Amino acid sequence: MNGTAESRVAVIGFAAADVSVTTSGVETLAPVFEAALGQAGLERREIDFWCSGSSDYLAGRAFSFVNAVDAIGAVPPIAESHVEMDAAWALYEAYIKILAGEASTALVYGFGKGTAGDPARVLALQLDPYTVAPLWPDSISVAALQARLGIDAGLFSERDLAAVAAGREEASCVETLLDRPYLRMPLREHDVARVADGASAVVLAAADRVGGRRAAWISGIGHRVDPQGFGERDLTAVPSASAAAVDAGGLDGVQVAALHAPFTHQELLLRRALGLPDAVRTVAFGADAMFSAGLSRIGAAAGEVMAGRASVAAAHATAGPLLQQNLVCVLTAEVAA
Amino acid sequence: MRRAAVLGTGQTHHRTRRTDVSMAGLCREAIDRALADAGVGWEQIDAVVLGKAPDLFEGVMMPELFLASALGAAGKPLLRVHTAGSVGGATAIVATSLVRAGAHRRVLAVAFEKQSESNAMWALSIQPPFSAPITAGAGGYFAPHIRSYIRRFGVPGHIGALVAVKDRRNGALNPYAHLRQPEITRESVQASTMLWDPIRYDETCPSSDGACAVVIGDQQAAEASERQVAWIRATSMRTEPTFYAGKDHVNPRAGATAAAALWAAAGIKDPLDEVDVAELYVPFSWFEPMWLENVGFVGQGQGWKLVESGETALGGALPVNPSGGVLCSNPIGASGLLRFAEAAMQVMGRAGEHQVAGASTALGHAYGGGSQFFSMWVVGRNP
Repeated sequence: MNGTAESRVAVIGFAAADVSVTTSGVETLAPVFEAALGQAGLERREIDFWCSGSSDYLAGRAFSFVNAVDAIGAVPPIAESHVEMDAAWALYEAYIKILAGEASTALVYGFGKGTAGDPARVLALQLDPYTVAPLWPDSISVAALQARLGIDAGLFSERDLAAVAAGREEASCVETLLDRPYLRMPLREHDVARVADGASAVVLAAADRVGGRRAAWISGIGHRVDPQGFGERDLTAVPSASAAAVDAGGLDGVQVAALHAPFTHQELLLRRALGLPDAVRTVAFGADAMFSAGLSRIGAAAGEVMAGRASVAAAHATAGPLLQQNLVCVLTAEVAA
Repeated sequence: MRRAAVLGTGQTHHRTRRTDVSMAGLCREAIDRALADAGVGWEQIDAVVLGKAPDLFEGVMMPELFLASALGAAGKPLLRVHTAGSVGGATAIVATSLVRAGAHRRVLAVAFEKQSESNAMWALSIQPPFSAPITAGAGGYFAPHIRSYIRRFGVPGHIGALVAVKDRRNGALNPYAHLRQPEITRESVQASTMLWDPIRYDETCPSSDGACAVVIGDQQAAEASERQVAWIRATSMRTEPTFYAGKDHVNPRAGATAAAALWAAAGIKDPLDEVDVAELYVPFSWFEPMWLENVGFVGQGQGWKLVESGETALGGALPVNPSGGVLCSNPIGASGLLRFAEAAMQVMGRAGEHQVAGASTALGHAYGGGSQFFSMWVVGRNP
């Protein structure tokens, strides 16, 4: 949906960490909150609403988000909520709270210790528990099916995938990458984002609380989900991403995009689904810090705007197998009229 | 602020094991009833919010993803909320915010738990490295708080049994309830096995498979409805840590703060006088008097007196849990939404045999974690 002139929301702070000490997130989040609030110029007690995103299956325990509340210092009690999703969707919930007039400021955070387990196997448990998950297909094998379909449809080649990887990593060349063995044919190691630990936080504020602070204004956010069944959609198209971009007001004029693509071929599928011209620069991410990755894309896109490197930036987050669920957020330097 | 209203509600028959349906079938049973009750078609639903407690309870990571089509969410926005036991309430509140923000006209809120798919005790008993274990078994966790309540106010020992009898008999009036025990008596409750002193077997919630769904609409959708809607007058959520110096599990600050904010937002000055019926999240009978005090219906140490006087029974001054409450049905993730839905059903006049006559203002309440996550709403026959 689109922010209107009278209900405008901006990103005024962002911080991230590329470590996660424990699965509870507390030790990692405390300094991240401090940095994000410092950038925003707000005190902890000035936050009206807190919202987080994380996963019990990543942490390997039930109620894993509960201990993270200890990083906030929620005495006296706070208004708070949690989504079992990437924290980009927690940001959407906080954005809605501000638009609804239920809060003027919000701190959104995501965290995950992806290296604590074997995420490629764990993610198999996102699949239909009656018909698919019992076969325990790991997430890289599932993604390889999608990459194969894209190659067979003539959308890209293995060389194109290597070029995406070479663009992400300094000093790697396409020829060298193509000499490496397959991990899951046609995917090689460089096609799979390294799973990392991480946490991030974004501070949001309504227009009347932004004041003279540096801000990246949210001009629109959209998110959609596609059916999961592998035969239920053309896996080389990403209709939920395309629709989310429309919901976010379209990506015309976007100069830089921060895409959340756990696999190289998915970055190419996303550029196509979002209609991003080649001239649109992308923010490079070296690893996939699960459950804070999408939120960090929003923070990074906001950073591009706040630093003056772009006047319009787009951020994207994905969830589920094969780009099943997608969120698009457009940020601008100027308040939309 | 934009107005929002409940257009319709639906729920499943709650049982220990609903082996006759899959998770998708369970959710659809509730959703289909909610859409029919609201008089709304699939094409009129703009977004879906799904709530449930830990994924380990079914053994599926983020089950809303594989359920997307069954929930009618494919091609639409889908959010997944998880705020521990309060999640059912939080699900309704997030859906309400989506409408109040002007993002959508009609939002479907769904919550479910199919505990028979996995093993809740196993899910609660995993002890990961570097982390304090969650004490498995809610009864063992909460019993000391109840003992503290009894000691603090010198509460007579039979109060918990009075609540159990009332709720189980109310449940007998509710065709969807898991436990329906019209013959239960104070003596039979007091003769049941002691589980966690002072909580007896008959004072404990069951473990249920079940789902609940609610359709929430904006003012235009509400005014287009041919049936009575439940206007959402206020919502409130508050969180505090599980443990901290000064934590009071008998009277948690987060619950009291949430309630105070709720009454203020709803313009209610005397809750006991102005609220006609309350659905409180009571997983163990003794929590009824504790929550009556915590949300401010009565003062500290007075809740058990309201229970003893019979005023919380159907026909009393403040009927509490006419549906039978969590004591009769407990599909954990859906239990909070069931409280919120029953509050709406009461003011819409669609609560059947457990209808409180003339109910026009109702409270829905849920809590979770170590008495630390609270979600509440007040709904009314009028905006």
